[in-house]
Amino acid sequence: MTAFTGTGNLARLIVRRDRVLLPIWMLFMAVLPLSLASGTATLYKTDAERQGYIDDLGSSPLLLLFYGTKPADPNLGALIFWRGATGMVIMALIGVLFVIRHTRVEEEAGRRELLGATVVGRHAAVAAALLTMTVASLAVGVLVALGMISQDTPAGGAFAMGLAWASASILFAAVGAVTAQLSEGAGAARGIGVAVVGLSFGVRGAGDVAAGLSWLSWVSPLGWIYQVHAYTGNRWWIFGVVAVATVAVSALALRLSARRDVGAGLLPPRLGPPAAAPGLSGPLALAWRLHRGSLYGWLAGLGIVGGLLFGGVAKTSADLLADNEQLKQILERIGGTSGAADVFLAGTLGIGAIAVAAYGISAALRMRTEEAALRSEALLATGVSRLRWAASHLVFAFLGPAAVMLVTGLVAGLCYGVSTGDVGRAVPRVLAGALVQLPAIWVLAALTVAVFGLAPRRAPAVGWAALSVCVVLGQIGAALQLSQALLDVSPFTHIPRVPGGTVTVAPLLVLTVITVALVLAGLTGFRRRSVPVT
Amino acid sequence: MENSISVAGLIKRFGRTTALDGLDLTVAQGEVHGFLGPNGAGKTTTIRILLGLQRADGGTVRLLGGDPWHDAVSLHRRLAYVPGDVTLWPNLSGGEVIDLLGRLRGGLNPARRNELLERFDLDPRKKGRAYSKGNRQKVGLIAALASDAELLLLDEPTSGLDPLMEEVFRQVIAEEKRRGRTVLLSSHILSEVEALCDRVSIIRQGRTVETGTLTQLRHLTRTFISAELSTPPNGLADLPGVHDLQVAANQVRLQVDSAQLDPVLRQLTSHGVRSLVSQPPTLEELFLRHYETSRHETGQHQTGRHETEPAT
Repeated sequence: MTAFTGTGNLARLIVRRDRVLLPIWMLFMAVLPLSLASGTATLYKTDAERQGYIDDLGSSPLLLLFYGTKPADPNLGALIFWRGATGMVIMALIGVLFVIRHTRVEEEAGRRELLGATVVGRHAAVAAALLTMTVASLAVGVLVALGMISQDTPAGGAFAMGLAWASASILFAAVGAVTAQLSEGAGAARGIGVAVVGLSFGVRGAGDVAAGLSWLSWVSPLGWIYQVHAYTGNRWWIFGVVAVATVAVSALALRLSARRDVGAGLLPPRLGPPAAAPGLSGPLALAWRLHRGSLYGWLAGLGIVGGLLFGGVAKTSADLLADNEQLKQILERIGGTSGAADVFLAGTLGIGAIAVAAYGISAALRMRTEEAALRSEALLATGVSRLRWAASHLVFAFLGPAAVMLVTGLVAGLCYGVSTGDVGRAVPRVLAGALVQLPAIWVLAALTVAVFGLAPRRAPAVGWAALSVCVVLGQIGAALQLSQALLDVSPFTHIPRVPGGTVTVAPLLVLTVITVALVLAGLTGFRRRSVPVT
Repeated sequence: MENSISVAGLIKRFGRTTALDGLDLTVAQGEVHGFLGPNGAGKTTTIRILLGLQRADGGTVRLLGGDPWHDAVSLHRRLAYVPGDVTLWPNLSGGEVIDLLGRLRGGLNPARRNELLERFDLDPRKKGRAYSKGNRQKVGLIAALASDAELLLLDEPTSGLDPLMEEVFRQVIAEEKRRGRTVLLSSHILSEVEALCDRVSIIRQGRTVETGTLTQLRHLTRTFISAELSTPPNGLADLPGVHDLQVAANQVRLQVDSAQLDPVLRQLTSHGVRSLVSQPPTLEELFLRHYETSRHETGQHQTGRHETEPAT
């Protein structure tokens, strides 16, 4: 028996457990550059048009932060590799999270111990996660390449691009394997892993934006992958660097994992206070402890970073629209008729609202998690009524999204105001655009609450399915020319386009009434049913 | 004196399965009551109904003079509950959970809390995720025992505790009893039940099959008898309460329900007893008999109470 015995079996177990999740994200990532390419190809037909587009986008330092340095040649493939570079960051995040999911999470749950007592080598768990991620990433890479070839781009560049995308998740899977060794809790491992991706992204971005700091781009592992320059340079040798780094980081992960006990982390676990602070005396105080992490995350991620991005790019994208008559017509047909920047802001705030709806649903589902883990039972056996317990979570499911949208709107408005030089006018208009989304967000959270009260086991499935329906209807419904009756199913269809459009109060009121009705139905059901339903 | 718990004819169905099928349970104020039964017999379901977390489909339930479903919150201030598998919030320390649960029950005695931490040898600074099963159980126990609740509902509270800690648990419960607290103790550990409980109820497939003091229950067990007689016996098989009868010439081996011992001995002596070995009944035997019967009968329709039901 070697240290790797059982790797194959464990890899099969991973594929079995992720038989739904794995194909979904693979397909999603494979389709991403393809959809970008087909859309761009119809809008920008000649090299001159594409060069103009690149120059417009490239004039915004914020976009260079995301896309990297402008491509040397305006061919379609190079433009897509550049515009789609954020996809590589997503691949890197998937790599980190996937490996932690199949190593540290398993260990924390105690399942690793069960497997570790069977004929499984010391390295098998980490090796199986890395192996599965590598194969899946290469498959995505091939799909990306085939998609790009189908758009009449050269095969060499297509495969360089596909391999670059695959490299991102393969290399950062190894990073995830290292961070999984550090802490006892999966949450901390995820945090450290995502921070490494963020740091690589930031260092690379600084190198690409700031003149004289371009060497920074070579310090960051993500930077190497950006430097592949598919379709212009096709620097294949960079993949050699990535391979060496991947092997080295993976070997480090295996060494660290072999040196520690199962279940233990290299960093000592932090101790908590021996007694509760005076404030921790009610269900709301407990809910704050349980929800504050994700609330901070959403406020920082979407509220501040998203707000900066939406507000900062609005003017650039408006200039872009002014240059392209066809695009301008399309966007004005879909949305409001006033300024192009308004169209952009209303659209991006709408997309941000869908993301915040995901937060609202997950905060509402926290009740279900607490119930299924039997933790609600201990609380409800004390002097806490069911309504008071539910209310402590609903505060976060409804006011949490409101706080995130408020911060998003404020930051985006300030940022846009600074770029136009008229903060006083921009802030209230953009803020209104953010807040007007809330009734639609609340309907989805309220639906989740209703199902939690009436049919608790189905709450996660119904909540996420409803969100998926809204994503599909909102993002591609118009393109698929679906009937208006079908589009009306999504609460987001009824949200007025602000800034730019006119605000009609009636739909907002109706959505709010639906929200209240759903929450009341859920709470009534929850008061009457058995707890816990497991 | 009013009973702390009185349950009669309790019925609970989950879809097509019947979890509780006419369960009776009476716990007098100030007593420690053992609640026994094989896995799946309905112990946890009963406790959840007593907590008002689940609603009964039939029968009557009174807890501390109130209705557990309608008066849940006010009753909960007077009781403390420890589930069989205490689950903690991964990012809260054990000390925080003890304090939180205590405050939600209306306050806990800080001196008592610290004394219990000491006696159960628990580090309250560890985070929930870092505790072993036994230590999670201690968190739940300390939170319940440090409260001023008049009734303790304990659902297999010592699962995962080591023998030393089990001993501590016994001492603490004995102290609680002296203070006049009422305890419903669901358990599988016979020595624990024998050491602590005034009365015991055994349930099987959602019904109470035995209830009474331990002395009463001992009468329900079977005595094993092996005898050598002067003449081959007859008529033994016809006597009530005789089981597993084996006769080989003058040798007799049998088991007899303790309540039927006298007629069997009379029959034996009438044949001239040369030697007699009798093994006294043990509680283990009684429990095992109920547990095993339950296993044999699983899936079958149950027709009535167990045959050892005392004659009325």
